[in-house]
Amino acid sequence: MSKRIQVNDLNVFYGKFKAVEGISMTIEPRSVTAFIGPSGCGKSTFLRTLNRMHEVIPGAYVEGEVLVDGDNLYGEGVDPVLVRRQVGMVFQRPNPFPTMSIRDNVLAGVKLNNTRMAKSDADALVEKSLQGANLWNEVKDRLNLPGSGLSGGQQQRLCIARAIAVSPEVILMDEPCSALDPISTLAIEDLIEDLKREYTIVIVTHNMQQASRVSDKTAFFNIAGTGKPGKLIEYADTTKIFSNPDVQATEDYVSGRFG
Amino acid sequence: MTATTAAAASARVNPLTTGQLPAWSPWAILLGSWVLVGGVFALMNTGGDPADFNIAATLFLGTVLFVVLLTVFSSVAENRRRAVDRLVTSLVSSAFVIVLIPLVSLLYTVVVNGLDRFDAEFFSSSMRNIVGEGGGAVHAIWGTLLITLGAAVISVPIGLMTAIYLVEYGRGKLAKAITFLVDVMTGIPSIVAGLFAAAVFVIFFGPGTYMGIAGSVALSVLMIPVVVRSSEEMLRLVPNELREASYALGVPKWLTIMKVVMPTSIAGITTGVTLAISRVIGETAPLVLTAGITASLNTNLFSGPMTTLPVLVFSQYRSPGIDPTEALDRAWAGALTLILIVMALNLVARLVAKIFAPKLGR
Repeated sequence: MSKRIQVNDLNVFYGKFKAVEGISMTIEPRSVTAFIGPSGCGKSTFLRTLNRMHEVIPGAYVEGEVLVDGDNLYGEGVDPVLVRRQVGMVFQRPNPFPTMSIRDNVLAGVKLNNTRMAKSDADALVEKSLQGANLWNEVKDRLNLPGSGLSGGQQQRLCIARAIAVSPEVILMDEPCSALDPISTLAIEDLIEDLKREYTIVIVTHNMQQASRVSDKTAFFNIAGTGKPGKLIEYADTTKIFSNPDVQATEDYVSGRFG
Repeated sequence: MTATTAAAASARVNPLTTGQLPAWSPWAILLGSWVLVGGVFALMNTGGDPADFNIAATLFLGTVLFVVLLTVFSSVAENRRRAVDRLVTSLVSSAFVIVLIPLVSLLYTVVVNGLDRFDAEFFSSSMRNIVGEGGGAVHAIWGTLLITLGAAVISVPIGLMTAIYLVEYGRGKLAKAITFLVDVMTGIPSIVAGLFAAAVFVIFFGPGTYMGIAGSVALSVLMIPVVVRSSEEMLRLVPNELREASYALGVPKWLTIMKVVMPTSIAGITTGVTLAISRVIGETAPLVLTAGITASLNTNLFSGPMTTLPVLVFSQYRSPGIDPTEALDRAWAGALTLILIVMALNLVARLVAKIFAPKLGR
């Protein structure tokens, strides 16, 4: 199910502005990788290049390559739509579709693509995805109510259920807990722990405790100053990053000496 | 001990409620001002005809006096902040009432004058062979509905697709040029639209051609920019997060637009389309040029002249036949019918908007 991501010398641009420079890293399958770093250092931008979502912003483009199990996402003639079917994404703010019920939100990836599906298959997929997102017990009696009626934490788990319903290989999470309370955050962290058995997970977070709790490997990004591109400073096992990192800047950041 | 505390508490005045005019005071001052000014005008009118009593000036000057008095009282009894608050509140409320006056007066006049001929015959016969009393507007009602429907069928797809282009695809100079042209089109005088459509149909069918569809084309020239602008606003209101959520599920752009963006904004788009229809349904000048004037019922958009309700009102007023009172009554009844049609359209649009609006559960 899950795939290895290899990034070779990646630069990301917004028009003339170089946002991220020279990133090379390998993300192992069935693992959780956390991106940490100060705001504006390009973590989210880099995350979005992993499923070509940054192209949604006008003028954004990429140099370098991103290989998912050896296939270059930025090769010639690659359809971003097919990329995004393999690499799912969960956003910072929960964004269930307001016009759809809870059930339809989970099935959105299927229904929006006009794929026909037998009702029994659809029911099974809804239950499996909601179980997978740890939400089934809370919503099983109100699947036909609008998804926007759920609490923030439930909405975020609904978005995760929606992402895993299309069975991607990789799940990208862009600060999935920043808008949530500690209890919902805990629920999502537990969920990440479960999901990692099947999926490759990459998570951007500002919460260093969260990074140390959920991730196997951690990447620290930093920026030299405003207007300069963000760079990958250090990428290693989470325990190493948080106990004895090689680079002084990493140690300063994780120990709270700046930022 | 407890009893004394309770007594002390009730005797004590809450400092937060002191220094305020009582709630009824604005109304009392308003009434007092009217009575005062009315008294002055009555004195000035003594010995004259009571019908000469100047009620409009009484209400106007009385309201002005009320605004002044209320502000003065408030600044004396209360403080500056409350005085300014009361001044602005009374000005805003007066503006609201002033806006309502012409609207209510218009509705009242149309209903009173229109009801005379608002009968079964009005809705069952046309003006064919009628020069005196009797006759009806069935031909004009059909004409209005068909020509407006034709205009909507032409403008809604074009306008909506333009709006989708501008919001979802348009970048750079072409989009800017379209936006500019749409803005220019919004300001086109309706008679110019009529001349344009008439000229186009003259090219294809020769001079003197009157057709319902020519009227529809003229109206859609007026309607398209309104549809574009309102749909564009509504589409822009759809949060980008929803589009991104859809893209992240591997949904192509066109399906995202069809199934996420459009359903989310359909309520607002419906309202915009209805407003656009309401704007063109009352047009007269372009239709006289393109669809012509006829007294007979014609339900074929593609052949022969057609009359709409505004054109009927115009022609009844312009050439009343042998009995001007009858013609004027028909004109008023036509105006009333038109207002009712627009009102029904708006109700339907509200219903549609309510059915399609994104629901917030709980």
